[in-house]
Amino acid sequence: MKFPVPHDIKAKTIPGTEGWERMYPYQYQFVTDDPQRNQYEKDTFWFYDGLHYPEPLYPFDTIWDEAWYLALSQFNNRIFQVPPVRGVDHRIINGYIYISPVPVKDPDEIGRRVPNFMERAGFYYKNWDALEAKWKVKMEATIAELEALEIPRLPDVEDLSVVTDGIGESKGYHLLKNYDDLINLGIKCWQYHFEFLNLGYAAYVFFMDFTQKLFPSIPMQRVTQMISGIDVIMYRPDDELKELAKKAVALEVDGIVAGHREWDDVRAALGAHRHGAEWLAAFEKARYPWFNISSGTGWFHTDRSWNDNLNIPLDGIQTYIGKLRAGISIDRPMEAVRAERDRITAEYRELIDNDEDRKQFDELLGCAKTVFPYVENHLFYVEHWFHSVFWNKMREVGAIMKEHGMIADVEDIWYLRRDEIKQALWDVVTAWATGVTPRGTATWPAEIEWRKGVMQKFRDWNPPPAIGVAPEVIQEPFTIVLWGVTNNSLSDWAAVQDIGDSGTITELKGFAASPGTVEGRARVCRSAEDIRDLQEGEILVAPTTSPSWAPAFAKIKACITDVGGVMSHAAIVCREYGMPAVVGTGVSTRVIRSGMTLRVDGSSGVISIITS
Amino acid sequence: MGSVISAAALPWAALDSVAPKVCSFDECGKDSVQLVGGKCASLGELINAGVRVPPGFALTTRGYAQFMREAGIQAEVAALLDGLDHEDMDKLEEASHAIREMIESRPLPIELEDLIAEAYRKLSVRCYLPAVPVAVRSSATAEDLPGASFAGQQDTYLWIRGVDDVIHHVRRCISSLYTGRAIAYRMKMGFPHEQVAISVGIQKMANAYTAGVMFTVHPATGDRSVIVIDANFGFGESVVSGEVTPDNFVVNKITLDIITRTISTKELCHTVDLKTQKSIALPVPVERQNIQSITDDEISELAWMAKKIEKHYGRPMDIEWAIDKNLPAGGNIFILQARPETIWSNRQKTTGAASSTSAMDYIVSSLLAGKRLS
Repeated sequence: MKFPVPHDIKAKTIPGTEGWERMYPYQYQFVTDDPQRNQYEKDTFWFYDGLHYPEPLYPFDTIWDEAWYLALSQFNNRIFQVPPVRGVDHRIINGYIYISPVPVKDPDEIGRRVPNFMERAGFYYKNWDALEAKWKVKMEATIAELEALEIPRLPDVEDLSVVTDGIGESKGYHLLKNYDDLINLGIKCWQYHFEFLNLGYAAYVFFMDFTQKLFPSIPMQRVTQMISGIDVIMYRPDDELKELAKKAVALEVDGIVAGHREWDDVRAALGAHRHGAEWLAAFEKARYPWFNISSGTGWFHTDRSWNDNLNIPLDGIQTYIGKLRAGISIDRPMEAVRAERDRITAEYRELIDNDEDRKQFDELLGCAKTVFPYVENHLFYVEHWFHSVFWNKMREVGAIMKEHGMIADVEDIWYLRRDEIKQALWDVVTAWATGVTPRGTATWPAEIEWRKGVMQKFRDWNPPPAIGVAPEVIQEPFTIVLWGVTNNSLSDWAAVQDIGDSGTITELKGFAASPGTVEGRARVCRSAEDIRDLQEGEILVAPTTSPSWAPAFAKIKACITDVGGVMSHAAIVCREYGMPAVVGTGVSTRVIRSGMTLRVDGSSGVISIITS
Repeated sequence: MGSVISAAALPWAALDSVAPKVCSFDECGKDSVQLVGGKCASLGELINAGVRVPPGFALTTRGYAQFMREAGIQAEVAALLDGLDHEDMDKLEEASHAIREMIESRPLPIELEDLIAEAYRKLSVRCYLPAVPVAVRSSATAEDLPGASFAGQQDTYLWIRGVDDVIHHVRRCISSLYTGRAIAYRMKMGFPHEQVAISVGIQKMANAYTAGVMFTVHPATGDRSVIVIDANFGFGESVVSGEVTPDNFVVNKITLDIITRTISTKELCHTVDLKTQKSIALPVPVERQNIQSITDDEISELAWMAKKIEKHYGRPMDIEWAIDKNLPAGGNIFILQARPETIWSNRQKTTGAASSTSAMDYIVSSLLAGKRLS
C-alpha cells in the first residue's frame, strides 16, 4: 500500500484556513524546518484515527487526545515497558488526528524490557479483580471531586466573610484555581482510563489471534461471542429504562408517560396522577448516575447526555412501554446468549487437534473473560459519566467568559484551546480585579468567528486514511485494535471515497459484526435524538452507537455504523438481540439516505442498496 | 442387515458360502468393505447414520467372483497376464484390451442376471419411476487399504436405464478393474490379481439441478471449523473432474452461516439428454453462468448434513452431493458419496503454541512477534 507523504498534504492548505495550526498545540504539527523531526515524520507510518475522530477536533476537545497521548504512552513505555513498543505519537492535519506507535528498534533493549513487563503486566493479570476493585474506588472518588467542583462567578463585591473569617482568597483566584482543578481532574481520570486498558486489549487481541491460528476462517464475531454474556454496566442505563417502563405499567401511569413527546409535558401531566409522584421519584433516582450517559461516544462536547436531554431516555421508556403493552418481553435474552456462547465455545474447543493447544485456548479465553468487564466498564465511568459532568462544568466556565464579553455564546468556548482559556480567564480575572475591560473582548470574538469558518472547511475535507510509510509489523496492542479496523477497511473506504457521485454506489462493505441477512428500509440517525424518528422494523444507519442508543435496538431489525469494530457497542448489542450488524463501513451515513431499501448481510459484511 | 455385516467380517474364503450376491445399500455398513467395496459400504453406513442417500443396491464381491468363475474368465485372465512385465505398458495395454473385451462380452450367470433384474425392479418401484435412471459405479475393496490407493481407478456410468443396460454397465465396471494402469499398479505393489475383488453399486440417479463436493475441513488452510462447498449446475461430474470453476462457499461449521461466497462463471454442466437419455456435457446458458447455483437454504442444509456425517465418522470428510430437481425442497438434497479426507487428517497442525501454555507467556511472545500487516 502506498500513502502520501505527510508534509505534502500539509503543504496543500485548504484556501481560507491559512494559520489553522495555531488552533492546536504546536507539538502536533508536521514540520519542515527541523530536519531531524522532518525525517522521522517522513519515515513513519501515520494513520487517521477515524475510530475516535470521525469529525475534525474542536480546539478545546483536543484535551482528550492529549490525555490519552500521555496516559497510554506512559503506561506502555514507562510503567509496564511493553517490550517492543513505546508510546503512540500524535499529529494533526486540518483538525484530524493521525497516530503512530513508536517501536523499540534495538533488540537488546527489547530484551531488557521483557523481565520488567513480565513482572509488572504479570502482576496485573494475576491480581486483575483486586486491582479493578481499587480502580473503581479511585474513579468514583475522582468523579465525586469533579461533581463537587465549583466554578465561581465573579461578584461585584466579595462576601464579607472573606474579611471576617480571615479567608484571604478571592473568587477570582478560585475561578483560576478551579479551572486548573477541572482540567487536572480530566487528565487524572484519563490516567485511570489507561491504567490497564492496554493489558485488557492485549488479552483480547491475542486470544483472537490464537483462535485465528487454530481456525483461519473463524469470523471475528464468533471469537467475541465466546466472551459474550458477561454482565457489564454498559447495559445498566438501558435496564433502568426498562424498569421505569415496567413501573409505569404497574403504577398505571404508562398512558401518561407514553402520551407526550416532550419530557416537560410528561412531568406536568404526571403531577395530576395519584401515582405520578412515585414514578417521578423512581425516574429521578435512576438519573443518578445512570443518565450520565452520552448520546455519542462521550469524546466530544457535542455529545450531550440523557440528563441534558431527557427526551432521549423518555423515548426509550416509551418504546419499552409499547413492547410491554404488546405483550413482548423486554428483558435481554441473557440465558439464551450464554447458552449459545457455551455451545459455540465447546464446539470450537472440540475441534482443536491437540491437548496443548486446547490448554492454551482455555488459558487465553479465561484471561479475555477476566479483562472483559473492565474493558467495557471503563467506558461508562470515563467517557460517559465523567465526561458528561465535565462538559457541563466547562459550559459554566463558558458562561462566565460570556458574561465578561470574551465570547458571544457559551458554546463558543470550544473554539479555544485549554491553555487559551486559562489565559483568557486571567485576562477576565485581572480586569475584574482592576475594574477595567479585558483585552480579550476585542480579540477573541473575531478569532472565534474565523475559527468557525476554518472548522467548516475542515469538515468538508476527507482525511486520507493513512499517510507515510507502512511498517511490516505492528506490536502496540491499542493500535492493533485500531489497525484491525483500518487495515481491512482502508481500501474499501478509499474506493468509496474515490467515487465522486455517491448516488452511483450500490454496495458498501464493513465488518461482519453480527450474522444474519435482512432487507428493510434505512433510517439514518446522526444522533441519539434522531432515534425518535425510527420506525419499527427499520434498519438503523448511524455514525456509531453508544449505550444511550440501546432502546433503538428494540425497534430495528439490523444496524449499520460508520465507525467501530467487532467489539463496538452496535456489534455487541446486535449479537445479543440476534440481529445482523455491519460496522466500520466508514461512509454509510454519507452514502445511505433514509427510506432506501437495503439488504444487510451481517455474515459477510456487505450492504446492498436495492432501491433508493 | 445384521447377517450381512457379520458375514463381511468373516474370512474371505468363508464369504462364498454365506454372503449374498446382491444386497441393498441399507444392508451395508462400514464393516462390509470386503463384501461390497468401499463406496457401497460407505453409502450403507451413511443410510444407517440417518443421512439422505439415493437408494440402490450392490452386486457383491461374491457375485463378482461367481461371474468370473462361471463365465470362465478367471482362468483366461490368469493366462493372459502370465509373464507380463509391469513396465512394458504396450504389452499391458494389449492384455488389458483383450481382458476387458472378454469381460464385457460374456453373459452374467442367469442367477446373477435375475438377482440384479429383481433388485432393479424393486428400486424402480420404490422410486415411483419405470426403469429408474441409475448410476452404475465400481466399488473396490482395496480403496481404503493403507499404503495403496485404488481410488478413482475404476469407472462410473451415469443415467443408465433398463435392466439390459444396467447389466451391460455392471460388466464395464468390472472390466475397469483390468485397465492397463490398474494391472501395472497391482503388479508393482505385489497384489495377486486373483485376490482383488470388486463390487458394483447401482444407485438411483439424483436428477441433479445442482451438485458438487464439500469438505469438512478447509482444503487450503486445514481449518476444521469450516465446511467448504463447491457447486455447479447439473451432475457433479463437472466439479469432480475440474472442468469448471465451481461456485465456492465457506460455511461456519459451528453456526452454519456462510462466511464467504464466490460465484464463478460456470460455462459447462453435465445433464441428461432427454432424447437419447444419456448423460452429456452442455454449455450453461450465458444468462445463468454467473448466477449462484445453489440457494443459501440449501447450503445451510448441506453443511448441516456434512457436520452430521463428520460427527458419525469422527474425522474430516470429503463428500459428494446433489440436489434433485424432481423432488420438493426439504427432501431433495442427497449425499452421493462420503470418504475420509486424507490430506489434512494426516498432517499435524501446528499453532506455534509454546511449550508453556500460560496466557502471560503467550501474550508476551505475541507482542514480540507483533501483527504482520498484509
